[in-house]
Amino acid sequence: MEVKQISVFLENKKGRLWEALDVLAKSQINIRALSIADTSEFGILRLIVPDPEKAKKVLAKNNFTVRENDVIAVGVPDKPGGLAGILKILTDADINVEYVYAFVEKSGKKAVVVLRTDSISKGKTALKKAGVPVLSAEEVYSL
Amino acid sequence: MIWNREAECMQIGEREKLQLERLKAVLKRVYENVSYYRKCFDEIKVKPGDIKSLKDIKKLPFTTKTDLREGYPFGLFAVPRQEIVEVHTSSGTTGKPTVSGYTKKDIEIWGEVMARALTMVGATKEDIIQNGYGYGLFTGGLGVHYGAQRIGATVIPISAGQTKRQLEIMYDFGSTILTCTPSYALYLTEAAEEVGIDIKKLKLKAGCFGAEMWTDRMRDEIEKRFHLVALNIYGLTEIIGPGVAQECEEKNGLHIFDDHFYPEVVSPDTLEPLTEGEKGELVLTTLTREGTPMIRFRTRDVTALRREPCKCGRTLVRMDRITGRTDDRLKIRGVLIFPSQIEKALLEIKGVEPHYQIIVTRTQHLDELEVQVETSKKLFSDEVRHLEETRKKIEKHIENAIGLRVKVTLVEPKTLPRSEGKAKRVIDKRQL
Repeated sequence: MEVKQISVFLENKKGRLWEALDVLAKSQINIRALSIADTSEFGILRLIVPDPEKAKKVLAKNNFTVRENDVIAVGVPDKPGGLAGILKILTDADINVEYVYAFVEKSGKKAVVVLRTDSISKGKTALKKAGVPVLSAEEVYSL
Repeated sequence: MIWNREAECMQIGEREKLQLERLKAVLKRVYENVSYYRKCFDEIKVKPGDIKSLKDIKKLPFTTKTDLREGYPFGLFAVPRQEIVEVHTSSGTTGKPTVSGYTKKDIEIWGEVMARALTMVGATKEDIIQNGYGYGLFTGGLGVHYGAQRIGATVIPISAGQTKRQLEIMYDFGSTILTCTPSYALYLTEAAEEVGIDIKKLKLKAGCFGAEMWTDRMRDEIEKRFHLVALNIYGLTEIIGPGVAQECEEKNGLHIFDDHFYPEVVSPDTLEPLTEGEKGELVLTTLTREGTPMIRFRTRDVTALRREPCKCGRTLVRMDRITGRTDDRLKIRGVLIFPSQIEKALLEIKGVEPHYQIIVTRTQHLDELEVQVETSKKLFSDEVRHLEETRKKIEKHIENAIGLRVKVTLVEPKTLPRSEGKAKRVIDKRQL
């Protein structure tokens, strides 16, 4: 199963981010990873959560525009050059990266990198071929 | 179905005779009983007797909303106040409200024209009409009510608002006809999902929507979501309320009940009458009202008249869907535009919901036009680049339609005000 990411449209208004996160908190949804893309007028909150379906439902119910899409998660050794190595593989395969964010898993030994390539399947194939450990949805959600 | 075949399918020559006869009578009544009209007629030296043909109507002075305010509250009654059995007022959004007084006979006329309108929509005594127009001083609620009662349909006087209850009642009672503003109808379809009502299980077959400007695209959306036939109704408090004109199933304009309301279309600039098919301001004269007759009332609504026969068999003159108001024409950097043009352009883009707001500001002596659009699920993307592209696409599309550069802002869904009455689409913040 692909790793699912939830995106939420946020207007650039005071308290909106808190409101979105509060909705998740009240539904007992824990956030595994998060990133925010922002422009002067709006932001996009991107989330990895253990139960994307539930998160989608509660956010939509609270009038947020929500979208779900696939992303790639890979495990990277937590040392200098870890992420650069991954990006080199994708660049060499002529695959465009739309955005990327990273978090360190609990043991602190490994970093987990979330990647959004224009084609998820191509990105995955290229990484796997180069021997990069691509994580399954179950692995990511249970981190 | 036609409610009053004799009146609605009358031979045109016959109707003109009737109109002239009624016009002469109403002019005599207002000249004798309303000092305001007598003064206006005397000022330009016109006597009711000078009107010998329908064409002569152009010799008469216009009446505007401002004129009516002069007589506030009861100064324009053409009968003693004791004869008035009901009053209604306009919303007063542009100043003091205007008062419309109804005699017993006026209420009967209102019931008659609304029975015609609802029959045109498909209502019979078998139907359950859910009336979501506001009851009260606003004419929408009671107008539909009187028409529904005349037909003998079952009317649910639920009034505007209480969205959850509207939907529950619609489902539980099996309402077959819905009457409300088009923007509220759309709102109801959105809310159905949240309330947990399956739209497909509703028994609605038709809707009679009006009291605000809307577009064909909005009609398509309502029809698609609600699985009903959506028809346009027109009216205004000063004339009688809803029931001045109604669209039939042919959907080619609204039939004006011109045996009661005599229409003209004039140029908003020169005030000269325009010919058939030319767009201008609708001017109405009530031919039968007793309480507050109106002579050449300037509605400010922009439309055109059509006289070619309609397939439905009615010979009543038709008017186009209202495309703007002469008083909400926006002059942006010297260019005249109607908010409806922006709406039309917006709705041509896939995924854009008919919820938007236009904000006009002036910074550094330059008018800026901002259009706020709700970001629907279909428009949203997890990539900033895509969202920016969507935004620019909408900007470009509006620019092509109106010839002006606009700034489009994406806002969160359901943050723009939904109206239960008239949707407020334009916020003009310019301080001129």
